[in-house]
Amino acid sequence: MDLRTLTRILSKALTWFVAFNALFAWANTPSNAGVAALGQLSLYNVLWPGRLRLPYGDDPDRAYNLSLYSLEAMFASHVVSRPADEFRVFLIGDSATWGWLLRNEDTLAGQLNALGLRASDGRAVRVYNLGYPIMSLTKDLLILRHALRYQPSLVVWLVTLESFPSAAQLDHPIVRNNAPAVRALINAHHLRADPDDPRFVTPTLLERTIVGQRRALADWLRLQAYGALWGATGIDQHYPETFEPAQRDYDADLRFKQFAPPELPKSALAFDALDAGVRMVTEAGIPVLIVNEPILVSQGRNSHLRYNFLYPRWAYDTYRDLLRAHLAQREVAYIDAWNAVPQEEFTNSAVHLTPRGTRLLAGALAPALSALAKQR
Amino acid sequence: MASAAAAPSLTERYTQAQARNVALFVLSVLAVYVLQPATPIRQMDFWLPTASLLLAVIAWAATMPLTHGPLARASAADMLIVAGIVLAIAATRYVDPLSALITRTPAPDVLLVLSMLVVGMVAAFLIARLIGPRPAWTWGILVALLVLLVALKLEPLTQLLAGALRAWQGQLMAAASAADVRWLGFSYLFFRLAAALRERAAGKLPAMSLREFITYALFAPAWIAGPIDRPERFLRDLRADFRFNLADATEGGRRIALGAFKKFVLADLLALFALSEANAAQVRGAGWAWLLVYAYALRIYFDFGGYSDIAIGIARVCGIRLPENFDRPYLKPNLTQFWNSWHISLAQWFRAYYFNPLTRAMRTRGWRVPAIILTGQLSTMLLIGLWHGVTWNFAFWGLWHGLGLFIHNRWADFAKTHIALCTARPTFHRALNLLGAVLTFHFVALGWVWFALPDPGLAWQMFGTLFGLWTSAP
Repeated sequence: MDLRTLTRILSKALTWFVAFNALFAWANTPSNAGVAALGQLSLYNVLWPGRLRLPYGDDPDRAYNLSLYSLEAMFASHVVSRPADEFRVFLIGDSATWGWLLRNEDTLAGQLNALGLRASDGRAVRVYNLGYPIMSLTKDLLILRHALRYQPSLVVWLVTLESFPSAAQLDHPIVRNNAPAVRALINAHHLRADPDDPRFVTPTLLERTIVGQRRALADWLRLQAYGALWGATGIDQHYPETFEPAQRDYDADLRFKQFAPPELPKSALAFDALDAGVRMVTEAGIPVLIVNEPILVSQGRNSHLRYNFLYPRWAYDTYRDLLRAHLAQREVAYIDAWNAVPQEEFTNSAVHLTPRGTRLLAGALAPALSALAKQR
Repeated sequence: MASAAAAPSLTERYTQAQARNVALFVLSVLAVYVLQPATPIRQMDFWLPTASLLLAVIAWAATMPLTHGPLARASAADMLIVAGIVLAIAATRYVDPLSALITRTPAPDVLLVLSMLVVGMVAAFLIARLIGPRPAWTWGILVALLVLLVALKLEPLTQLLAGALRAWQGQLMAAASAADVRWLGFSYLFFRLAAALRERAAGKLPAMSLREFITYALFAPAWIAGPIDRPERFLRDLRADFRFNLADATEGGRRIALGAFKKFVLADLLALFALSEANAAQVRGAGWAWLLVYAYALRIYFDFGGYSDIAIGIARVCGIRLPENFDRPYLKPNLTQFWNSWHISLAQWFRAYYFNPLTRAMRTRGWRVPAIILTGQLSTMLLIGLWHGVTWNFAFWGLWHGLGLFIHNRWADFAKTHIALCTARPTFHRALNLLGAVLTFHFVALGWVWFALPDPGLAWQMFGTLFGLWTSAP
């Protein structure tokens, strides 16, 4: 091979490289549309069984799972993306719904499925776990918007005060890295969040190329590869042999985030996001049930001031009153399950439940679910 | 005029060859330090590479019949260059931006390094000049290298060694662990030095300058994972006329790109779901278990094959043609051919320096052929297994292949006389080859279960899962 041939090969290779990157960047406009489209390609539900909860994990080697930002890839890997003739109940929520430290059969979705509920037309009630371990109603809204593509028959949205503060709605990577979708939600539902919030990640032209998106592409590839181990083992999170139990004794601290008693203004909480979610679901003709999820009600030191590490009593009580009144005014089905689980059935946080605690919650929700399923 | 411009002069070619050789020599010495990872024992990222270098110098001194000729003079200069490089690396500790550039942690005190170098050089000089390359010394050094290899492969001994090194560095001995002594490249250094010593004992090793010997022993592209070249072949390339040429560079670049794809794309992706100690105990059924085993089989091939491609490619750019290490091993119709195409340079090393001398000795003592084959194959494969680590799982892996090779040998003997007529038909022959390839691949893949799982009990459990006898998962 002479120098001229080599130069020709190298320049061709360089041209193709630049062309592919430019094409990818163009397809990836306005923001990550190309990566999103790629996310829909999945080995799950084809070669590997679909996951029973959305991908999330910071210890991939042991959890056979990883966190990524592509909602398309996340949903394509979930068993929910496989159509089926059934009464489909979607659970939206945070890590408690996702099932932190719980095996799939022990999560709320797993426990509800074990009850073998039936709809009025005889179809089996199948509950899908669409929880995601981030506390933000905007994140829930983002997932809900995506989930509606998969034809739910009923949406059950589990919330807690920690997901409400407006100021923290956009703090989370999955929200910040899905800027176009969140902006669309803000504009469509007139949410109070700023569409130009600097926390949004807006990739530059270079960052939209194959080279710029190499991390997202590698994550997509790794998600497909981990599917084999998910299928082989049924494991999708690391279960440590021991964990630090949730705190039961507290300092005499009455603050909740930046709020001091007695003021927890409703305007500082993201009820606009909650309304948007309810509206989005009901406009699609789907019933929705809001659940105030159980919290640890401690009996330890200073428990007369605080329910738990997250919540001072005054703030949480105010929140419960606000939520109940807000949903009653809008005639939204609501269950306040805040104290449905005793304190010994919490694991490593004020909202994470043991299998037995989750069973108690499932038992508390089952009648309402059954009734809503019978109505349809 | 045109032909004069196209063909470089002899002086020009000589200069290119010399420049290449000096560069390979210096870069190989530097690479030993750069590639060595830090260990929990202080300054081992300096001392272990220095020990590699010292072993190479001692082996050279023990193998070279030096007189006062030009080779001796050149080697004395090479010795000073080596010392200069080591001292320069040690001196980086005083230049902050450089202190972690070559070694992972700051090097030891220069005076200490200097005194160690003086001792090492005097020892090498005494061996070279006063003792000379006597067979007894050659064997003595070979045994010493073997003892060191065993010490690094056998966990209790490695722990003892770690304790001694910790004591030397003034660290807590009780905290010693086998993982403390991670001597990168020693396994392959052993093979190269042992080859040189054995070739010397057989009178086949050509005279090599210190520079040539060190370049051979520490050759940077093959330092971590081979291929294991033979000294006389390597020397032929090193002494051949060299001029950078586009054909070699392109072919080398192609191999590097292919190797990088195999290693960093295919192998690393397969590694995510290949069989491991953790997932073997979790797998839920035979089908999934086979998937993990297949993934492991492909992963280890692409990983090791990819490394070999990269090494061969880099060497090719430099005008050195390292031996091939893999030749489509999983497509071979029997286990003997598999071992002729898997880690070829290692298999050839064992064949040349262990299997052939052993079977020759047994033949001369009148052993029967099946006994010779069984003993030769079993012990060779057992040693290859134990070279990966002196543990039960590697021993079982070696015995698995040793027995497989013996059975194939006997079967081939039987087939030659009994089914020769059938195999003469091309269709039948092709079908038999295909069946053989499938069976061989599965035999090898099942062997990887022993290799991948450190606990033989877990491996046994995995076999049960693979054949549906029970499931590993609780």
